[in-house]
Amino acid sequence: MKMILRMIAAMLVAGAVIFWVAAGANRGWTKTQIPIKTVDAVTGLEGIQWQAKFVPGVDFLGAALLAAGVLAGISIFIPLKSKQPKTENNK
Amino acid sequence: MKTKLAILTLVGVTGIVLAAPQTFDFKDPKGINNAGFTLDAPLEAINGNASGVSGTVTFDPSNPGATAGKIIVAAGSLMVPNPMQRTHMLSDKWLDATKYPEISFESKEFKNIQTAGDTTTADVTGTFTLKGVSKDLTVPVKLTYLKDKLGDRLPNQKGDLLVIRASFSIKRGDFNINPGQYEDKVADTIELNLSIAGASPK
Repeated sequence: MKMILRMIAAMLVAGAVIFWVAAGANRGWTKTQIPIKTVDAVTGLEGIQWQAKFVPGVDFLGAALLAAGVLAGISIFIPLKSKQPKTENNK
Repeated sequence: MKTKLAILTLVGVTGIVLAAPQTFDFKDPKGINNAGFTLDAPLEAINGNASGVSGTVTFDPSNPGATAGKIIVAAGSLMVPNPMQRTHMLSDKWLDATKYPEISFESKEFKNIQTAGDTTTADVTGTFTLKGVSKDLTVPVKLTYLKDKLGDRLPNQKGDLLVIRASFSIKRGDFNINPGQYEDKVADTIELNLSIAGASPK
């Protein structure tokens, strides 16, 4: 159990970092809408259309690291191996 | 004699009609019209915009100084990329968009008017209203009159376009948006950019 929790924590950190880097390593806040600029050919005005897209930010990384830290912390209090109960044959 | 009088009357009426101020409607069916805003913040600047632009402006190409009108932005149309920031921004703690659904600017006076071709620049003094607080501001604007260009933008329509661009800044504290508070998290100064086009169908 101890090892499983630590493996999950490590995978959580690795997964979050890989996802964050793959999504553009956004050093700002997490975004769920991104602005797409469009130019009106007649007026020359620049308009903004909002497109739904998840872009993880440093708050996403922080939350993943915190969750991994909690899991790793819990694992400290779990004994390495549970003791086998003694049977009559072992006496 | 009668014919000459008729011609003179026709020429006079045509002149009056051509010189008459036109009313431009700024509700944009193409959804391009927008008011952008930027606030400095520690991690990254908060950049957003509002697309809910409406209002009318009366413009006379032969007398740009007589331009007058009111532009309204729906507070509920303000967008930022982060959903939590948007919720906070529209809440009663900040803009209170439910109680104060409109942000507006109504012109009073045009000064320092300079016209070159179809473009006019001027300093406009008017009343800016945000969160129920109205203050007089002087804003530099650029007006571009595009004669007979409405059809190029909206097929099957004839008329003119008026493009307005303006950049200016306000202080949120002046408009009762948490005055003197949270300035370490969100700057007091808000940079505003208006990019809008109005239509005057014929």
